[in-house]
Amino acid sequence: MTAERYVFPHKHLLGIEPLSPRDITALLDQAQAFEEVCERPSIKIVPALRKKLVVNLFFENSTRTRNSFEIAEKRLSAEIINFDADTSSLNKGETLVDTAMNLEAMHPDLIVMRHSAPGAHALLARHMKASIVNAGDGAHEHPTQALLDAYTLRKHCGKLEGLRVAIVGDIRNSRVVRSNLWLLTRMGAKVTLVGPPTLVPQEMKATWPSIEICHDFDAVIPDQDAIMMLRAQFERGTGAYIPGQGEYSRFFQLNPARMKRAKKDVVVLHPGPINRGLEITSDVADGPNNLILDQVTNGVPVRMAVLFLLSHPHGEQVP
Amino acid sequence: MPAAPGPCPMDPGQMDAALRRLAGDLMTRVGPDEEVVLLGIRSRGLPLAERLASLLRASTGAAIPVGSLDITLYRDDLTEMVGSPIVRPTEIPFTLKERTVVLVDDVLYTGRTVRAALDALLDHGRPRRVMLLVMADRSGRELPIQADLACLRVEVPPGHRVAVRLKEIDGVDGVAVEAC
Repeated sequence: MTAERYVFPHKHLLGIEPLSPRDITALLDQAQAFEEVCERPSIKIVPALRKKLVVNLFFENSTRTRNSFEIAEKRLSAEIINFDADTSSLNKGETLVDTAMNLEAMHPDLIVMRHSAPGAHALLARHMKASIVNAGDGAHEHPTQALLDAYTLRKHCGKLEGLRVAIVGDIRNSRVVRSNLWLLTRMGAKVTLVGPPTLVPQEMKATWPSIEICHDFDAVIPDQDAIMMLRAQFERGTGAYIPGQGEYSRFFQLNPARMKRAKKDVVVLHPGPINRGLEITSDVADGPNNLILDQVTNGVPVRMAVLFLLSHPHGEQVP
Repeated sequence: MPAAPGPCPMDPGQMDAALRRLAGDLMTRVGPDEEVVLLGIRSRGLPLAERLASLLRASTGAAIPVGSLDITLYRDDLTEMVGSPIVRPTEIPFTLKERTVVLVDDVLYTGRTVRAALDALLDHGRPRRVMLLVMADRSGRELPIQADLACLRVEVPPGHRVAVRLKEIDGVDGVAVEAC
């Protein structure tokens, strides 16, 4: 009765787009095993990545993603180097590829990178032997966020197939949305994008034909099993697309009045950081339906699963 | 204290009798003040541990807790494994502190699995002592590890393996020596 030997076929995690449903399920199942490690009352560390060198290369600000990766790496017993972009030679004019070649010379096994340029990871992957993990590239993808969202949804709702999920807010500037759309549509969830027309590009339907787009949040709410609120990213220029924060809140804020229209057991997600009082009110963000801190907790075992599966022989390297 | 070598291969009836004998032997090896828990090493150690627990419950009335241990993350050949290692959850819903832990597995061969299991279980707590119980104890040890209790001890020529089959996983009970 032994199952067919599954091989995770990817050397890098550049995005969710290249992953098959089987790959996604394998990652989520592995994360479940690592959740047990994270929840142990005693020693929360396993020797699975002992003697592997992981470089955390963050060219963009990040607190929770970077910390989450670092905790995941520590729990797997990896050796860790934090490469701080502020103090690096990039400020002296070094190109990304030169930085990569210099890192390569030190033989890292895994590189976790965040960069503002979409595709920076794919460029790096062509120049390096190490496995590259995308921790966010511009507005392109943020695969581990989508995986931890899916893990949280699957754990709470039992499955992803057929699940109705509304993703609400600043769709245009969000890499979280793109990774989530690949993942959720591939796993059979029914996704509705909600936001003002200026922030929800119609052309997204061309890439993900199964999704719906709606500009009326109130109309969408009653059908949803999950509502994923996005952060209005004013630092990325969201302000230019909307008349004002007050008007944005009036139509797209998740607040107690809107929660009354939702299913009783609807779950509320938010990738953080939250703009309290803007896209979501505090009583909802801290309320009984929220899984926002569960998402943060689940980020560690999910990232452990990613690092673990990437650091062991994959398709093309297996004899 | 080596167990009497049983027949090999074993049919389902012989296997059941051997397990009953093993359960009885186990009780003679633990003192009245010892709190025993069984930890089955995934995958075949777990149903074996569950069977032993129900045999012990039937004969002594004692409810002995059963947990499972997945040792994948502790293997010494993890980096050389072909294919993606699949880690299944370890479930130890009780404390190991001051308990007598009986590790249960189907076959003891090189001893490397048991080495990994010892590392894994010590991360969960500090037991009073650890015993090793296996269905088949075969030749070929690569580490200084031995079984406290075994249903059968066999010399197996190189290029052969001892296959323990269990109803819960394989649909049928039995022990066989096969060419690999």
